Amino acid sequence: MVTKTARPIWKHPRFVPGIMYGLLVLIALLLVFFADWDKIQSNFLKPEIFRDMFPEVLTIAAKNTLIYTAVAFAAGFVLALVLALMKLSPIGPYRWFATSYIELFRGLPALVTIILVAFGLPIAFGWRIPFGTAGKAAVGLGLVAAAYMAETIRAGIQAVPRGQMEAARSLGMSAPTAMAYIVLPQAFRIIIPPLTNELVLLIKDTSLLFVVGTTPASKELTKFGRDFMTTTINATPLTVIALVYLMITLPMTSLVRQLEKRAAKGR
Amino acid sequence: MGTPAIEIRDLHKYFGDLEVLRGIDFEVDTGEVVCIIGPSGSGKSTLLRCVNRLEEATSGHVLIEGEDITDPASDVDALRAKIGMVFQQFNLFPHLDVRKNLTISQRKVLGRSQDEAAEVAARMLERVGLTDKIDEYPARLSGGQQQRVAIARALCMNPDMMMFDEVTSALDPELVGEVLQVMRDLADEGMTMLVVTHEMGFARNVADRVVFMDEGIIMEDGPPGEILANPKEERTREFLRMVLEEGF
Repeated sequence: MVTKTARPIWKHPRFVPGIMYGLLVLIALLLVFFADWDKIQSNFLKPEIFRDMFPEVLTIAAKNTLIYTAVAFAAGFVLALVLALMKLSPIGPYRWFATSYIELFRGLPALVTIILVAFGLPIAFGWRIPFGTAGKAAVGLGLVAAAYMAETIRAGIQAVPRGQMEAARSLGMSAPTAMAYIVLPQAFRIIIPPLTNELVLLIKDTSLLFVVGTTPASKELTKFGRDFMTTTINATPLTVIALVYLMITLPMTSLVRQLEKRAAKGR
Repeated sequence: MGTPAIEIRDLHKYFGDLEVLRGIDFEVDTGEVVCIIGPSGSGKSTLLRCVNRLEEATSGHVLIEGEDITDPASDVDALRAKIGMVFQQFNLFPHLDVRKNLTISQRKVLGRSQDEAAEVAARMLERVGLTDKIDEYPARLSGGQQQRVAIARALCMNPDMMMFDEVTSALDPELVGEVLQVMRDLADEGMTMLVVTHEMGFARNVADRVVFMDEGIIMEDGPPGEILANPKEERTREFLRMVLEEGF
């Protein structure tokens, strides 16, 4: 015989979702009725300022952001590859150097490294990094990005089965040849998704270059938006640069998702 | 006989405190097919891997056609190119198609031209009966086909000898035959072969000599008829009884 115990209302399967939807409606209503929509619109969505920012926000600021990202990524990647190989080296001092490097630059705020590269080096040695802000991006952000990417590349190399290196060596290939033609191509395939992720982080980190790229031609998005905010005494420029950032980063993150899906299927 | 293809002298190998090879002495003559049998953990695979220095021997010497590969001054890469090796897990390069699997080491190690390498690759692929698979990627091949490609890849280097490390152990039973057939053909053509295997039928029919290894030493070494039918050592008899009962 089936006995049925009375179920208290809060154990009903629709009770918790019900409460959650209720809360959502309540917050939406509060926003609609109590937020100051006029202020929001005049301070964040002012059409004249929108218009004034174009086309420079794209032709100068966004372009600079992309250039700085590209040079920092390229420099960081090359250095990261060297560091990853050092970290896997049978020679102790190489490993120790790579480990110390990675710990150092992951432990420091990126901004500190950029200031060090842009202002510390000239003060100390009277030597300036060439190629203006792009040069500083390549060195300052590149040094930081390399520390993160080195770990990713090392993990990728180690994810390639050991038998691959052994098969290559038993065919007579030298260790560097086997690494270059057999192991690294497979490692890169594995790390394309996480590496693209690092690229997205790097796009956002170029905002730290606001301390160095200060001339009208060298401003990146964040500096450009902030200066516009100061001259207009309005927050609309923030909305604009936020939208431009998203225009760049959202396609990239969706690309990462596609790549991860493909990688999961291919293996 | 001239210089043996492989000569192993007092070979010892430790993994940490564990002595896996405890003094191995033996030779493989040119043109000879030697099968190594024995229980797992007896050191067969380690022995093979010490011969082409995928593992560093702790002490002792391995001479390839008279040249000491264990000598740090020897040109390991050049010596390895003389020894074709086939692995249990095939180890084809998954990012390259069959053609490139077969040509890449010819190009990078032997310095052959693209055309020459491709021509050799086509010939070796024909030898293992997979001419039509030249444009496929390894993932699209069956285990037996992958292993035959792996054999062809080793043959592309025109090795003086071939080593096989339990090459049928990872295969589905119905795919074992095609790989053994390729190996039998190689033996018939006079290739020097050192084969670690659990295939007693292959050892009986193809080997010139069978070596029984146990606990890091060679217990018995002789013609297959003797070792497989009338072993002198009790351990050999025990092992063969076990293998035959399990129906390997």
